Amino acid sequence: MNKVAVLGAGTTRFMRRSLETGREMCWEAAQAALDDAGMTLDDIDCVVLGTAPDAFDGVHMKGEYLLDGAGAKGKPYTRVYVGGGTGVFMVPAGWWHVASGAFRTCLVLAEEKMSSTQPHPQGAFNAIYDPFTERPLGVNLLWIFSLEMNRYMQTYGIPVETIAKVAVKNKKNAKDHPASQVAGDFSVDEIVNSEVMAYPVMRLMVSPVTDGAAAMVLANEDFAKKKGGKHVWVDGVGWNLDTSYWTNRDLAYPQYVENAAKMAFKMAGIKDPRKEIHVVEPYDPFAYKELHHLEGLQLADKGEAPKRLEEGFWDRDTTTGIPASPSGGLLGVGNPIAAAGLMKAIEIYLQLAGKAGARQIKRSAQRGMAQAWGDLMQVGTVMIMGVEK
Amino acid sequence: MSAMNTELRGTSLREADIREGRALVTEWHPKALYKFDAGIAVGQFLDGLKEGKLLGRKCNASGRVVIPPRMFCEISFQRSDEWVQLANTGTVNTFSVSFVNWDASRRETPQVPAVVDIDGTNPNMGILHLLGEVGETLDEVLQRVKVGMAVEAVWKPAEQREGAITDILYFRPVGGG
Amino acid sequence: MKERVAIVGVGYTSLRAVSPDVSFREMIFEAAVRAYEDAGITPKEVDSVIALGEDYREGTCITDEYVPDQLGVVYKPVQTVTGDGLQALGTAWMLLNTGIADVILLEGHSKASNVLHPAHIEAMALDPVFVRPHGWAPTFVAGLEMQRFCHESGTTPVQAARVVAKNKRNALKNPLAAYPAKIDPEQVLASRPVAEPLTELAIAPPADGAIVLIVANEAGMKRCKGKPVNLDGIGWSSDSCNVHTRTWGKAAYTTQAAERAYALADIKKPADKIDFAEVDDAYSYKELQHLEALGLAPEGQAAKLLEKGTFEPDGDLPVNLSGGSLGCGSLHDASSFRGLLEVVLQLRGQAGERQLAKAKRGLVCSWRGVPTATGAVAILSGR
Repeated sequence: MNKVAVLGAGTTRFMRRSLETGREMCWEAAQAALDDAGMTLDDIDCVVLGTAPDAFDGVHMKGEYLLDGAGAKGKPYTRVYVGGGTGVFMVPAGWWHVASGAFRTCLVLAEEKMSSTQPHPQGAFNAIYDPFTERPLGVNLLWIFSLEMNRYMQTYGIPVETIAKVAVKNKKNAKDHPASQVAGDFSVDEIVNSEVMAYPVMRLMVSPVTDGAAAMVLANEDFAKKKGGKHVWVDGVGWNLDTSYWTNRDLAYPQYVENAAKMAFKMAGIKDPRKEIHVVEPYDPFAYKELHHLEGLQLADKGEAPKRLEEGFWDRDTTTGIPASPSGGLLGVGNPIAAAGLMKAIEIYLQLAGKAGARQIKRSAQRGMAQAWGDLMQVGTVMIMGVEK
Repeated sequence: MSAMNTELRGTSLREADIREGRALVTEWHPKALYKFDAGIAVGQFLDGLKEGKLLGRKCNASGRVVIPPRMFCEISFQRSDEWVQLANTGTVNTFSVSFVNWDASRRETPQVPAVVDIDGTNPNMGILHLLGEVGETLDEVLQRVKVGMAVEAVWKPAEQREGAITDILYFRPVGGG
Repeated sequence: MKERVAIVGVGYTSLRAVSPDVSFREMIFEAAVRAYEDAGITPKEVDSVIALGEDYREGTCITDEYVPDQLGVVYKPVQTVTGDGLQALGTAWMLLNTGIADVILLEGHSKASNVLHPAHIEAMALDPVFVRPHGWAPTFVAGLEMQRFCHESGTTPVQAARVVAKNKRNALKNPLAAYPAKIDPEQVLASRPVAEPLTELAIAPPADGAIVLIVANEAGMKRCKGKPVNLDGIGWSSDSCNVHTRTWGKAAYTTQAAERAYALADIKKPADKIDFAEVDDAYSYKELQHLEALGLAPEGQAAKLLEKGTFEPDGDLPVNLSGGSLGCGSLHDASSFRGLLEVVLQLRGQAGERQLAKAKRGLVCSWRGVPTATGAVAILSGR
């Protein structure tokens, strides 16, 4: 297994509606990542792309459509897809292209142009449900999350005000992120009293609809050494899929996230994640998901992540806790599905490289972790990065 | 990462830019229509609904009775063994009070989707459905619906059933709303 | 990266024009049960899973959701490759080389019969601004390609039609095939024009079916009882799918993919080293265009070799013994799994009436269909 280094990364702005097409956003993100790495497309051996439902862009075989913009013409190119988990999964995908020895370098791309779907991208998600037992009920996407959130709250007695604090924290963190779409200072009251979408989900506890793209350049050890300098490395990857019969699951706990995390911990040689993980980007498309995922990631006991939140354990400037979503997350920076996941992985790279600027965490960090989630609330994708001491 | 700290690229549009023709768009109305084969297990399940029965499927190897039914068991990976008629009743595993439609438009009166664990399945297994007779406002619903509450299916009249999940109109608290 | 990788199990359903008696899940279950039996393992011994799927073909947003149960792989690392079957095999090959997995299950299926307006779906792969508004059926891309290929190579439509006759005839000996027939090239030319010079019978019709493959590295093979068929080389590549910038006459993606596959398999003169091939034939001319791009026929010579009988079952290089997509039916991205299946059966000596006497090394060449210019090449050998 070859070691894999991160040589550069970049994103576009995250926008409610971009002038740029999906192809153009891919090109912008790829260019930013290549510039950051000090490389050109000629240095890239292969490309791997992640983008979530084709229904957003309204393009069948979306991977093929985007490939010109992704710099993949004439190159080995593959699109991999695990729904909402796709963005973070792009790091494992880029990793195996290089770690296997098949390629020296890999350009990793993630794109989403959600604004194309009319009247609202939420409609595209109706077709995630079973066509016989669920779709005829007149489903909408929010149901599945509000049902899971309520089960989580009921199981552990978590007040909605506590969950709202995730949105307060992430929207505030995002004020320092140059890509951010919905950053700002909000009070718990403002979050809790925002419009009820599907109780217990309120409008300000939901990430927005976003257009955007993100990219990362990965390379093997030889290539990285030749470039010189101190590098951030991919130390662990994991992914895991639960049953499609979501109404048969324990909705209070994301077992698949635990499984994915343990796969990544094993590869990274991590035995005590609460000591060995120093910064984390858990997936936060909804406020409760950050807490749900922190528990699945083994960074808090079941039902305990909300208590740590109240103590400030997940705050960006903590010196004794583990900063969670220092980027501002999906709730603050925005949620172009696949691109948002890769943005989270990029944040870990920036934090470990000490390049996060105003967002740089106060505690020292040698190891960080990003996680995403998706499909029918059933996939966990995890990546762990580490920096040379 | 120098690029992240300088000006990022991307041009943000507003609704008005499109409405007033400053940014052009092309419309496309997909003709994405499907006729899904229900198959063995779901086909039989839908037939059962038409007769006013909730059917589960039993796997002897794993000892489970599951709903929605499948003709294989994902745990034992055996072909499952027999049909089991389940009760018309269940327990609310979780619920929501939804004020938005699929296209994100607002609703005046909420829908109350729920996962209902059906009695007689083992372990307790749920299906997605709606709750009814539980109130018209958020406060009313929150007062009347509790996780763990017993509910029963309210069926369409027999002559109106068509072999669809909507043959059950909704679930309501046992003994009426 | 010299980890030995092999296909150790295959499972499949028959391929049919329609399959109203089973759901896609039940179809996949049947193929999976056979694959596990063939490999001599249970789902517990699978480390990782790769499924093929494109949302609009399935009618499900995020098709990855509906993969694990019917394969018995709940709580495993499962992913979808939104691409061709050989790209999924390439992904498995890389994963097996990292050592993160030793046994990987690959699943591909088609329920094309459930799509009510397939041309409308395929049209959505065209550029939404520049091309779609014309309202043309997407087959026009193949018509343009065929015209240019015929022009550059000197191939005539009747020569291309011979591919259809050969493959449908081969399919007569394949019990899985959905569209076997004894027809002559003139019938192909006389069928309804679709996109000149392409006629209806020169287009592979869709079929329903599921194929499951199990692949392993050296460590994984120890768990399996199945007879391994080695993956000696694999490559995949994408050219532009944009109608304004694509290459029309030649399959550049195949040449690029083949270069990588041949290098890995250490093959310098492919025409001498490959005993038989399963080559994408979604349209009649594609088989000839791909054979030239693969270097298995000199440029402009594929049609002449076809007429000489080179690609017949008793020729020097039998092509599409299975019947190909023209004879078996197209499974879209899973069509290359059908190609892999044929190569595995031939190399194991299990191809029944179609069995070649001496077959040591087979090649599979895939294409993702219009409007793409993405394809892959895999080379397999028996022990």
